[in-house]
This record gives sequence, structure tokens and C-alpha cells, in this order.
Amino acid sequence: MSVITVALAGNPNTGKSTIFNALTGARQHIGNWPGVTVEKKVGKVSKGGRQINIIDLPGTYSLNEYSLEEKIVNDYLLREKPDLVINIVDASNIERNLYLTLQLLEKNVPTVVNLNMMDEAKIKGYEVNIETLGEYLGVPVISTVATSKKGISQLTDLLDAASEAASTKTGSRLWAEYLEELARLKKSHKDGDPEGEEIIEARYHYINKMLDKALVKDEEKVTFSERLDEIITHRVLGIPIFLGIMYLMFQLTFAWVGQPVSDWLDGFVNGPLAETADGALAAVGAAKWLHSLVIDGIIGGVGSVIVFVPLIFTLFLLISILDGTGYMARVAFIMDRAMRRIGLSGKAFLPMLIGFGCNVPAVMGCRALDSEKDRRIAIMIAPFMSCGARLPVYALFAAIFFPGSESVVTLSLYLLGIFIAIIMALVFKNTLFKGAAEPFLMEMPPYRIPTLQTVLLQTWEKGKGFLVRAGTIIFSMSVIIWLLSSYNFSGAAEEINESLLAAIGGIIAPIFALHGFGSWETGVAVLTGILAKEAVVSTLGVVYGVAELAEEAVEAATQLQASIGAVFTGLSAYAFLVFTLLYTPCMAVIGTFKKELGSWKWTLFSALYPFVLAWLISLLVYRGGLLLGLG
Amino acid sequence: MITLKEVKPGQTVLVDDVKVTGQARLRFMAMGVIKGAQIKVKKVAPLGDPIEVQVKSYNLSFRRSEAEQIVVVPISAPM
Repeated sequence: MSVITVALAGNPNTGKSTIFNALTGARQHIGNWPGVTVEKKVGKVSKGGRQINIIDLPGTYSLNEYSLEEKIVNDYLLREKPDLVINIVDASNIERNLYLTLQLLEKNVPTVVNLNMMDEAKIKGYEVNIETLGEYLGVPVISTVATSKKGISQLTDLLDAASEAASTKTGSRLWAEYLEELARLKKSHKDGDPEGEEIIEARYHYINKMLDKALVKDEEKVTFSERLDEIITHRVLGIPIFLGIMYLMFQLTFAWVGQPVSDWLDGFVNGPLAETADGALAAVGAAKWLHSLVIDGIIGGVGSVIVFVPLIFTLFLLISILDGTGYMARVAFIMDRAMRRIGLSGKAFLPMLIGFGCNVPAVMGCRALDSEKDRRIAIMIAPFMSCGARLPVYALFAAIFFPGSESVVTLSLYLLGIFIAIIMALVFKNTLFKGAAEPFLMEMPPYRIPTLQTVLLQTWEKGKGFLVRAGTIIFSMSVIIWLLSSYNFSGAAEEINESLLAAIGGIIAPIFALHGFGSWETGVAVLTGILAKEAVVSTLGVVYGVAELAEEAVEAATQLQASIGAVFTGLSAYAFLVFTLLYTPCMAVIGTFKKELGSWKWTLFSALYPFVLAWLISLLVYRGGLLLGLG
Repeated sequence: MITLKEVKPGQTVLVDDVKVTGQARLRFMAMGVIKGAQIKVKKVAPLGDPIEVQVKSYNLSFRRSEAEQIVVVPISAPM
């Protein structure tokens, strides 16, 4: 079967993904471009006995290699030589979009121009003459409205005839003249700078000439999007609206939809599922160790992470919707000034905010930053945003040691996390990632209603990674922790405090001897906290010998409170909370680090430096507190 | 001679010279901010920076520090 490769190229915000999804459906594979974290989407379609591979190239404004994405597109066109490039052009913003078109055509790659968003162009009062455009460009031009699938069949027909389409270059006198002009300019340009300003100007000059003939503009109309934006980014209303949207997003995720479903799932995993497994294992007469491995190790460990899935998918769904509407650009616009104070751009704000929910999507969300330096800094400080899983730890300790001022204590920890993130951003900016600040240059796309298909596919793409990690890294870590807590060198451990885990906790404990919490129990809690932050609480529960938490929850909590109250003082408890806030993020985040930072070196660094930092700061808190007589 | 930084929202100007330097210069130019281009300042962000302008038929946002490096000539005709 012959294989044909078709690549989609175009500016961001042109509906490229919508067209890609319409052409390929769910038959797509998402990976990364070699060596980088830019997404590579490939769809496979069989048509007329041929296989067509459709590649969705990253959205770029030009081919000048200003950014990673542009480099990727350039390299791809040069090395892979696709049979056909479909250049998607936003008809409502045709002038700037054609800039990339000219660059593509100059490279002499077989191209078909696809004018998309013809409906928006019409609303704006634009009428594009497709034939004239084709004459100037010398290639076929097709028009579509991808959101309502208008013209998509024309595109699929094109796929059928992809190789023929490539050879149907109509050629044109006008285009030939333009190329001659360019060649002349390049020759006269002695500095050896082939992408000089004269060339850029010549391209826009040609675009203007072409549109003089091919584009009829009505009297400029104020679109609905423009009027909406007057309100949404209003000088006074802008910030309250922004806060309102963020509040809604968090309420939906953590109060109205995500959390309740997560709680239900938690109940199911630890209730019916665990009971069924329990019954089934007993029925087949499984060994005691196997029983314990499945119930305590796998269901307990993986289960504690799986219950986050509804939460994370809800968050990703809302982010995909916001992303599709164009509001994300407004968030960056509104927050840029504040974020610049810490050396980052406005685009870093949203990932940080998401971090208060869960650090995993926060680290993933840093992809929105276009400078590689900024992206790395943002990834490395994101875990200081105190995630939802750390809250149970604060709640437990605050209730025991600071009754009546729980919220002040909790708030102080959140603020400390933000403060440390700001400090570390400044430190990284001036040490590891020195260099001139990249200018902030961002398109403000019109508001649009995203298609359901695009939103759902995006949510799935982002959320899938978390599921995969739960099934691999977290699964194996759960089994290891279970092994360590159930055995010692002489065989199965009767009590957890005779286990290897206790021994390891004992080895860790001296590290915190100066911090006021140097017991093996806290050592183990710190260790399991790396598996999942909320495990700090459950571990303390287990190691302090609290009876099964399920039925007598209140009684168990009282027991735990009594044990913890006896071991910690108010000051050492606070120092422990500071440590919990700042130290090494959980396994799920570390796994995401690896994916997003692309190297083990950076992953290890990002996982370890917070430990050192947490150690120092909690020591400072404890010793400082003692000096002030707070002990 | 005025720069884009001094232009009030609602006003339309012609770009006379792009003095942004380095790679950023070419990025601005590729986005259509070139000599002779018509630019309409649309708004300033709620915190006072960045600004949003209309170039050709789309909206672009950048900071005042860059706007200061774009020399413009005011024109009276509405866009």
C-alpha cells in the first residue's frame, strides 16, 4: 500500500486543529517532536487503497526560526519532504496569514492554500476572490468553514488526489515576477542575512498588491468579539471578571463537579472494589501476602492516585474550553505586568494558579510559555503552589496544634509557598537562566466558540498522560512501598515498626534531628509523601497504629491527634508543615517533570533542590522559633 | 517624532521606524509591524501594561517598553 504524507501548516488560531480533527477523527497519535516537548500529532487515514499520514505541524507565524516551533516546521519541510502541504489561512485575518503562505511557497514545497473561517471573514465584511488569489499565488485555493464542516469534503477529496494535487501547480506570471524580485533583493543583500528586513517588506508589499485585487472590504464593522472584549478586558471590570472566571473554574473543579466525582470514586475504590477484591481473594484461597499486596499495596496505592482522575479531567476540560474561546490570551494580557515583576510573562500566570489545585497540570500548562528559559523556570517553581493534596496535612496539624486559628495557619503556608516561588524565580532568572528578557508579543485572537470535538480531544490528550503514569510509575512505587512496609530482612514483619520501611524511616530521621521532628514515623511520612502528598496523613495514621480508619473515622482521628500531639510541639508541627509544603513534589509531578523538561538531569535537579530548600527553611522556622521562645 | 507608547487608545498611526533591536525586531516585522503599516491603539491592560493594538486585521499585544521603540506618525483619518 502506498503511503502519502500530508502536512497541515498555518498560523496559531486558524482552526488548524479543528481541520486536523475533522480529517482524521479519533484516529490520531500524539507524540513529541524528537528531543523537544512540542506536540506532534499524526493521523492515519486509508483512502482508495492508500494510506495517508496527516501531520499537524505546530502553529507558526513565519518560518524564520525565531521559535522552537518554527524550527520544527522548517526542519520537517526540509527533511521529510511531505507530498502535500495544506496551508490553513484564517480568511478573517488574511493579510498576516499570507505571510507564512509566501514563505512556504518560496520554499517550493507542494502547497494547497485552504482559506478557513470564511464565515468570520464574511461577518467582518471581507469578501475574498479565490480565483484572483490563486493567480497571484500560483497554487490551488480552497475555502472552508471548519467549525461547521463546510468545505471539508473538498479537502478530503484533495487527500484522495494528494499526489496529483501536488503536481497541479498552476504557476503564474505574477508569482514568477515576485520570485525574481526576491532573488534580486537577496543578491543585493551583501551582509549575508537572507531574512533581512527588505525581504520581509517585500513579502508584505506583494501581499498588499495581491489583496488590492482579491479582497473587497466593506466599511470596517465592529464585530461581536470586539464589543465583548471591551467588557472582558475593561480597565476597571477586567480584573473582577478575571477573578470571577477563575473562581468559577476552581469551584467547578474542587467543589461542584470534579471533587464530588473524585469522592465518589474514592468511596467506590476503598469500598465495593476493595471488598470485592477481598472476597475474591479469600474465595480462591490466596496467600496472605498476595492478599495484602493487592488490597493494601495496589488498591491502596494506585487507588489514592486514581481518585484524582475526575478532578484532573474536569480541570483539563475547563482549560480546554477557555483555551478554545481565546480567553487564555486575555489572562496573559491582564496578568503580564504582575508576572513581569518576578521575571516571567503573563502567560505563566495560569499554570501557577492551576498549581493550587494540582501541580501535575500546572507543570504541563507551562507549555504555554514560548521562551524555553521562562518555561523551565515556571516548571521548577510551580510545585511551590500548595496543591490540594497538601491541604489534608495542614488541616490535621492545624486542628491539633492551632485550634481556632486553622485558617490563618493554612493561609500562611499558602503565602509562604508563593513567596518562595517568587524568590526562586528571581534566583533562577539571575543564575541558571541568565539573559535578556524575551519581548512579550502575543496575538489576541477573536473570541470563538470551540467545537465539542476539539475540546474533548484536547482534554483526553492532556488527561491521558496522568492515567498512564498512574498505571506505571505510581503502580510500581505502590508495590515497592508495600514491600518495604510488610517485610524486613528476616521475612514478613508483624508490625509496621519492625518493617524495612521503619528502618528506612529511622535512617532518614536524623536528618530532621535539628528540626524537632526527627522520629522514624515522620521519616516514613516524608518518604511516602513523595509518592503522594496526602499519603503523609495516611502514613502517620498507619505508623501511629490507628485502627482501621473506615468505620470509626472520628475515633481514629482522635487517636491520631493524641499520638501526634504527644510527639510534636506547636513549633515543630509548624516546621513540619513548612517542610511538607516545600519539599520534593510527588511522584506524579516528578514523572511530569521528566516529560516536560526532557532530561533526567533537570528532572533530578527539580526534584531535589526543593528538598534542600525545605530542609533549610523549616530548620530556620524551628530554630528561629526556639530563639523567640515559641517552643 | 512620537513613539507608539505615547499614542492614546482609539488613535490610528502609521509606523515610521521600528527601532526594536535583535531577533525581536524581525519577529515584530514578520507580524506586520513594518514601516508604513497602519496601527490603531485599542487599549491598555488593566494594570497599565501591556497594550493592545490592531495591525492589519488582527489584534496584537506587546509591552510599552517595546512600543517606545516604534516611531510613528499620527494620521487623522479613521481606520
